Amino acid sequence: MTTDTTLAGTASTGAALAVSASGVGKVFPAKAGDVTALTGVDLEVRAGEFVSLIGPSGCGKSTLLRLIADLDEATAGTLTIFGKPARRARIDQDYGIAFQQAGLLPWRTVADNIALPLELHKVPKPDRARRVAELAELVGLSDFVDRYPDQLSGGMQQRVAIARALAASPKLLLMDEPFGALDEMTREYLQGELTRIAAETGAAVVFVTHSIPEAVFLSDRVVVMSPRPGRITEVIETGLGPVRDEALRETPAYFAKVTEVREALHGAPTQRANER
Amino acid sequence: MSSDPGSLPRRRTRGRGWAAVGWGVAGVLLVAILWEVYKFLGPSEGVVIGAVEGEAGSGVLILPRTHDRAMPHVWSMLIRLGEPTSGGATPPLVVSVAQAAVMTLGMAALGWLIGVAVGMLLGLAMQRWKLVEWGLLPWIVVSQIVPLIAFAPVVNVIGNQIDRSGIPWPQWLSVAVIASYLAFFPVAVGALRGLEAPDRIHVDLMRSYAAGYWSTLVRLRLPASVPHLLPALRLAAANAVLGAVVAEVSIGMRGGIGRMLIQFAGQASSDPAAPWGPMFGSIALGLIAAGSVALIGFGLTKYRRGEAAA
Repeated sequence: MTTDTTLAGTASTGAALAVSASGVGKVFPAKAGDVTALTGVDLEVRAGEFVSLIGPSGCGKSTLLRLIADLDEATAGTLTIFGKPARRARIDQDYGIAFQQAGLLPWRTVADNIALPLELHKVPKPDRARRVAELAELVGLSDFVDRYPDQLSGGMQQRVAIARALAASPKLLLMDEPFGALDEMTREYLQGELTRIAAETGAAVVFVTHSIPEAVFLSDRVVVMSPRPGRITEVIETGLGPVRDEALRETPAYFAKVTEVREALHGAPTQRANER
Repeated sequence: MSSDPGSLPRRRTRGRGWAAVGWGVAGVLLVAILWEVYKFLGPSEGVVIGAVEGEAGSGVLILPRTHDRAMPHVWSMLIRLGEPTSGGATPPLVVSVAQAAVMTLGMAALGWLIGVAVGMLLGLAMQRWKLVEWGLLPWIVVSQIVPLIAFAPVVNVIGNQIDRSGIPWPQWLSVAVIASYLAFFPVAVGALRGLEAPDRIHVDLMRSYAAGYWSTLVRLRLPASVPHLLPALRLAAANAVLGAVVAEVSIGMRGGIGRMLIQFAGQASSDPAAPWGPMFGSIALGLIAAGSVALIGFGLTKYRRGEAAA
């Protein structure tokens, strides 16, 4: 009973925060000595907020995402998701996740792939079918629900993966370079789609990327990280407003933020001539 | 429906199926022709090097003898199939061969089932607990080095003891157990590989859904293991037939095709075409066994879809 009340208490105070990390660290034990993947990470993601994690490889951005998803356990600090420990949040299905590879099960149709998380949580069949139809509509794949993954393009597969991540209506979406393997055109198109979907569902998004323009275009805040040891070096508010359309990519405000993130990544102002 | 992209590859597969049958027939014909050509051209007593004058059986035979007792004509083998098994009013050879083959097939099928069950359990246990894999896998490999000829009588003796102690243990059960000893191996290894086949991302995904061991097994690991399991099951079928034939011979069981092979081979000098009957029979047996397993694959085609190329 006592634990219940404390849990409820923390939940109510932290309700506005999707992710709250303080002093989070992760050390991987290795034969040649421990490897510090992350150290001293303090990060708060508000409900409904879009936050990108950006940095060179080895900066721990994917590790941080995996800690939030409870796919790995933090070795230091506290990490709460909607006020609960990460493990509880995972069991409660508080988040949906998508990876760089779509990771669809090749023996399941699009509809069955989207339904997988619902099936695992014993959602009754009629409800499942309704939800799958809704999600297929949301990601624009209504005509393809009976196809198998090998009959879809990479972009379509990734859209199925996003629909699957949204299946249980999570209030937090975790994405690990989901557009990393796609061509530029598909990528920009899906970025637009993702901002629309995030706005429609009201879900907070933690988005790992190594593309500066992608991070700026999508996010409310860009978290810049640095390697050896992985840590947060800067957090940049984009202030680009709620509307993210193709026109935004041409605005000076957007360019200015791209420059700011780039400079933060390089640790020093880059020369103007190198930018063009 | 006409726009279904799945229909195109399927039609191509069917075309390839007929081509495969054509190549198979051509291959059998080629062997028969080579046989007859060599029989026609080769020396009747073969080619022997290093033979000592006046000493029978000395030297090394490098090309086989071609006379009718050593190499009967292909058509004599076929004609012999239609003649009585051992003279008089006995049924045609082909009927006896078929009866013996059915008996062996039954024992091999039972051996296959036992082998598949044991192999699957071993594969599941090894996938579930790394320690079991480390401890067991080397022994599983070693088990296949033990010659069947040495192992079969042991099973037979144990079976007889059980039988004498009151629990009925017929001889065919010993044969099935020996057959299963060969059959379980590819299944255990194939199941282990198949169950470990899912990508890290799929395993992470199941974990993110808070799916337990059994849900992950049923929804991810077992379906993902199908492409690894099917060849293993086919190999197990071939092994089970081989094991059943050898087991019959080594424990001296009557009625099966293994026993028939030995019996007719002993009479080959007087009736050279006869041993080819059970030989064809055991080939047919292997094909039927492997073919039946291939039928299982037809029911599982959706699990054999290639991983989507992004």
